[in-house]
Amino acid sequence: MIKVEGLTKSFGRQAVLRELTIEVATGTITIIIGRSGGGKSVFLKHLIGLMRPDAGRITVDGVEITRLRGRALDEVRRTYGVVFQGGALFDSMSCWDNVAFPLREKVRTPRDELVKRVEAALGQVGLEGVGAKYPAEISGGMRKRVAIARALVTEPEIIFFDEPTTGLDPVLVNTIHHLILDLHRRFRFTAVVVSHEIPEIFEIAETVAMLHEGRIVEIGPPAAIQASTNPVVQRFIRGEADNSEER
Amino acid sequence: MPDRPLAPALRPFDAVGGWTIAVVESLGRFGTFFAEALAALVTPPFKPRAFIDRINFIGYRSLLIIFLTGAFTGMVLGLQIYLTLVRFGSEAFLGPAVALSLIRELGPVLAALMVTGRAGSALTAELGIMRITEQIDALTVMALSPMRYLVAPSILAGLITFPLMTAIFDVVGIFGGYLVGVKLLGLSEGTYFGEMQTFVDIGDIMVGFWKSVSFGVIVTWVCTYKGFNVGHGAEGVASATTQAVVLSSVLILVWDYFMGSILQ
Repeated sequence: MIKVEGLTKSFGRQAVLRELTIEVATGTITIIIGRSGGGKSVFLKHLIGLMRPDAGRITVDGVEITRLRGRALDEVRRTYGVVFQGGALFDSMSCWDNVAFPLREKVRTPRDELVKRVEAALGQVGLEGVGAKYPAEISGGMRKRVAIARALVTEPEIIFFDEPTTGLDPVLVNTIHHLILDLHRRFRFTAVVVSHEIPEIFEIAETVAMLHEGRIVEIGPPAAIQASTNPVVQRFIRGEADNSEER
Repeated sequence: MPDRPLAPALRPFDAVGGWTIAVVESLGRFGTFFAEALAALVTPPFKPRAFIDRINFIGYRSLLIIFLTGAFTGMVLGLQIYLTLVRFGSEAFLGPAVALSLIRELGPVLAALMVTGRAGSALTAELGIMRITEQIDALTVMALSPMRYLVAPSILAGLITFPLMTAIFDVVGIFGGYLVGVKLLGLSEGTYFGEMQTFVDIGDIMVGFWKSVSFGVIVTWVCTYKGFNVGHGAEGVASATTQAVVLSSVLILVWDYFMGSILQ
C-alpha cells in the first residue's frame, strides 16, 4: 500500500501541494486526474523519490520513503516501474536495448533469460519485430509502448504512469488504456496513473482521485466521481472553464 | 506568513545578500556534484563500456580538429618567430622557441579550447537533452546512478584524452613549424631539431602534461554540471551549452595562469 499523509511542497512562494493525503491499495489501478499545472506531475515525482516534500510523508509497504536517501531509497525503487510522459527512452539505444537495459544493469540477468524476457515484454505490448529500431525511428504510440515494456520487464510491484497517452490520437489513447488494463489483469501490479483523459480513463480505473490546487478534493470509484456534486469535479469532467480563474 | 516590505534604504543590501547566497549555493552545488562524481569514479560497479564510449566521444572524434589547429598553430609560430629571430641573427633557436611555446603553453591551452568547443559543448547538449526528456530521471528511478553512468566516465575520459590530445597537438605543431622554418624558409633540419633537444627538457613536458590533465577535469566537470542542471526546453539547453563553453574557456585561461606561476 502507498500511503501519503499531509504532503506539502512549495516552489518559492507558490504552493503546489497542500497537505495532500491519499491511500493507494495494493494491486489496484488508481488514476490521479486534475487540470494541467494542478500539481499532478509534482506529486508523482514525490512518489518516485525524485522530489522531497517540505512537509508530510509517503509510506510504501510500511517504509517511509520521504526519509530515505541513497541505497535505501534505491532498494524501494527496485520495486518500481515508471512510464514517463515522453517515454524517456534512451535515444542512443535501440528499442530492444532500452527494454533490456534495466535487466542488464538492475537485475544482472543471464543472457538467455534476458533475451526471453525482452522478447516477451515487447510481445506483451504488441511490438514484436521492432526491437532493432531506434526510438527516433518509431511513432509516438510505439514509443509509449516500448516505455511500458521497459517498465514491465523487471516485473515491478508498482508501476507509475505519467500521462501515458498525452499527444496520442483517440484510437491510440484507447489502445494504451486497454494495454494497461490487460497487463494489470495479468501481472496484478499496483498502478498509479496520472492522466487528464476524461472520460476514457474511467474505463480502466478502480479508484479515481481528483487533484485540485494541491489537494485531493474527491476520491472514489469512477461512478462516484462522475456522480460527484463537487463543482470543481463536475467542471473538470465536463471540460468547462472555471470562471473564477478567468482574468 | 507574508514577508514585511523592506525599507527602500535596505533594498540594495537585500539584493546583494540574495545574490551572495545564490552564488555560494551554486558553488556548493558545483562542488558537491564533483564530489559525487569522484565517489562514483572510485567505487564499484565500474562502467568500462560507458568510459570507452566517452573516450571516443571526447577524444577520438576531436582528432581532426586537433590535427588542423595544431598544424596551423605550429606553422604560424614558425613563421612569426622566424621573422623575429632573423632580425637578431638568432634563427637557429626557431626549433626550441616553437617547441617550448607549444609544449608549455599553447599546446595544452589551445587543445583544451578546441576540445571544449567540439566535445564539451556536445557533452552539455547531450546531457541537457537527456535531462529535459527525463532520461536522467529514468536512470534514477531504475535505481541506477546517473553519476556512475554519465558523469564519472566523462571526467575519467577527460583526464586521459586531454593529455593525449595535447601531445598530438604539440607534435603536429612542431612539424608545422618545421614545415615553415625548414622547408619554406630554408633553416637546416639539424638546427631545428638539434637545438630543440638542447633546450627542451622533461620539466617543460611535465608543465604541459599537468596543465592538460587539470584542463581535462575542469572542462568535463563544468560541461557535465551544466548539462545536468539545464533549464527548461530547447532554450535551456542552448543557454547551458553556451555557459558551459564560456565558463570552461575562461577557467582554462585563468587556471593556466596559476599553473604557469606554480610550475615554472
